[in-house]
Amino acid sequence: MIRSAPRGRDHVLAVYPLAMLAVFFLVPFGIMLAVSVFHRVQGGFYEPGFELASYARFFTPFFGGVLGFSLALAGIASLLCVALGFPFTYFLTRMPRRRQVPFLVFLLSVLSLSEVIIGFSWSILLSRTAGLSNLFVALGLLEAPAAWTPGFGALLAGLCYLALPYAVLVLYPALSRLDPELVEAARSLGASPLRTFFTVVVPVLRPAIVAALVMVFVFTLGAYLLPQLLGQPQHWTLSVLITDQAIYQSNLPFAAAMAIFLLAVSLPLVGLTQWLGRRRSPAP
Amino acid sequence: MSGLVLEKIDKHFGSVVALSDVRLEIAHGQFVCLLGPSGCGKTTLLRIIAGLEAPSAGRVLLDAEEITEQAVHKRGFGMVFQSLALFPHLTVGENIAYGLKVRGLAKPEQDARVAELLELVRLPGLAARHIAQLSGGQRQRIAIARALALKPKLFLLDEPLSALDAKLREEMQIELRLLQQQLGITTIVVTHDQREAMTMADLVVVMGDNRVQQVGAPLDIYRRPVNRFVADFIGTSNLIPGRLREGGVEVAGARLAVAEVGPGLAEGGEASLCIRPEEVRLLAAGEAGANRLPGRISFVRDLGATVEISLDCAGTQVLCLTMPEQHGQFRQGGTVTVELPAAACLALAP
Repeated sequence: MIRSAPRGRDHVLAVYPLAMLAVFFLVPFGIMLAVSVFHRVQGGFYEPGFELASYARFFTPFFGGVLGFSLALAGIASLLCVALGFPFTYFLTRMPRRRQVPFLVFLLSVLSLSEVIIGFSWSILLSRTAGLSNLFVALGLLEAPAAWTPGFGALLAGLCYLALPYAVLVLYPALSRLDPELVEAARSLGASPLRTFFTVVVPVLRPAIVAALVMVFVFTLGAYLLPQLLGQPQHWTLSVLITDQAIYQSNLPFAAAMAIFLLAVSLPLVGLTQWLGRRRSPAP
Repeated sequence: MSGLVLEKIDKHFGSVVALSDVRLEIAHGQFVCLLGPSGCGKTTLLRIIAGLEAPSAGRVLLDAEEITEQAVHKRGFGMVFQSLALFPHLTVGENIAYGLKVRGLAKPEQDARVAELLELVRLPGLAARHIAQLSGGQRQRIAIARALALKPKLFLLDEPLSALDAKLREEMQIELRLLQQQLGITTIVVTHDQREAMTMADLVVVMGDNRVQQVGAPLDIYRRPVNRFVADFIGTSNLIPGRLREGGVEVAGARLAVAEVGPGLAEGGEASLCIRPEEVRLLAAGEAGANRLPGRISFVRDLGATVEISLDCAGTQVLCLTMPEQHGQFRQGGTVTVELPAAACLALAP
């Protein structure tokens, strides 16, 4: 009897997260899943039914192109963010704790900026009339001011700016736990700093690196505002397409089908991180 | 000179002095222990030798060649770290072969050397294991094997046994000493455990207060500490305050002869009489003679194998270590005559 009391309380405790999960995830997802197979009424809304017409539309060259671009964009952005974020975090964690604080505060304050502000700031920063290129002209580096937005580069810059803090926050705990003696051991065994980095630091931190890659990938895959603000129409991602279908074309079944498809692409990636995380060998 | 020479090494971190004016000469084939309390700079000194820190001033020479500025990975020293720092993503064999691979040895040669080293540390056949599957003692040996893989000119160990339990630590001390004798490799170990240093070392470097306090063979240091710090840190010492008089120490009006007068003492100035507890002898009260003082027994601690008798003597506490069969006549509260044999007494700076 005494033992069953806490177990009963455990069940009660589980009710709250379950309820939260149901209200905020399961029910909306169920509705979306249902809508995705409903019949679209041209010029109207949709009516209940069961058809795979929305899913059939995936098999068009246009859709394939958008999907391919979205995946490539997210892939490049995640590689860039980790490539930039890893050295940053590595050197940050080698600093004394007191000096790390201002960097971390600054990083977290970037997170508080909304995507809209970031998007417009970058579009001004890269514009011909008021952007950075004017500064370069003044410095004699450029002949004439140039418009760098909208374009692929601008989009990538905006996405990386948005996602970099997340990459750093995912990498930070693992990097700060890295035993500096591992690096010194490799060096004492004759490895140059560069060789040490690639044969010890990177492999030991592989799970964290993969986690950061997947995190940024999934995060940028869902971006829909920046592609519209900083990209040209050919740079619009699947998420933009979903927004477009749902809000402007009123084709909710197709938007829902695309959202589910996006989820189906993201989920295995999350699973992959979990699998790689489990394979992590415990530190000595 | 051939071997390792440290010339006037200074090291400071910002305004904090870690080492000051360290001079040391270590001949090839010696087993050296850097011994001192935590924060005395011994690990910093080892790291300077390894090339993991640069000294703020001074030079490091190996076989008369200056290596002060040489990068760690070009020194060819083997090092065992306090955390052992075994690579968690590699197997035992890959850990040991890491340096060999960097050196560009062919795979069959690597494998042969790994097998040889595993044999040396008495863990044959473990090459395919993962680091996580090893016990503390096994990890210790693998770290040693890895550091020895490249036949280093110097073998450096930073508190290598501190993570092991007491029994295993004592076993490993003996094993490490035998291994060093077998290989004849110049070895420098950092430790704060004087038993460890006494067990293993040819040469003990006692460090305290960010400088070298005394260098010598373990027993020399035990018997002839040059100052209070060493006398206090290595084993237990009785330090009885007095004044230097005619080559002896005057304590409570009596002049006690000493075997040696330490450096920095002036006639008539304050001095401490230093004697080990096991050298103190107790006699029945009233037996007058040279180097004897009256005392009163304040406490008897009978530990079975030995007996520690605390005495009030000339206004200070004196500890006497004796055998159980000899203490029957001495009881708490009794008065005795305390003999401090001149041959075992030193006069040290107060």
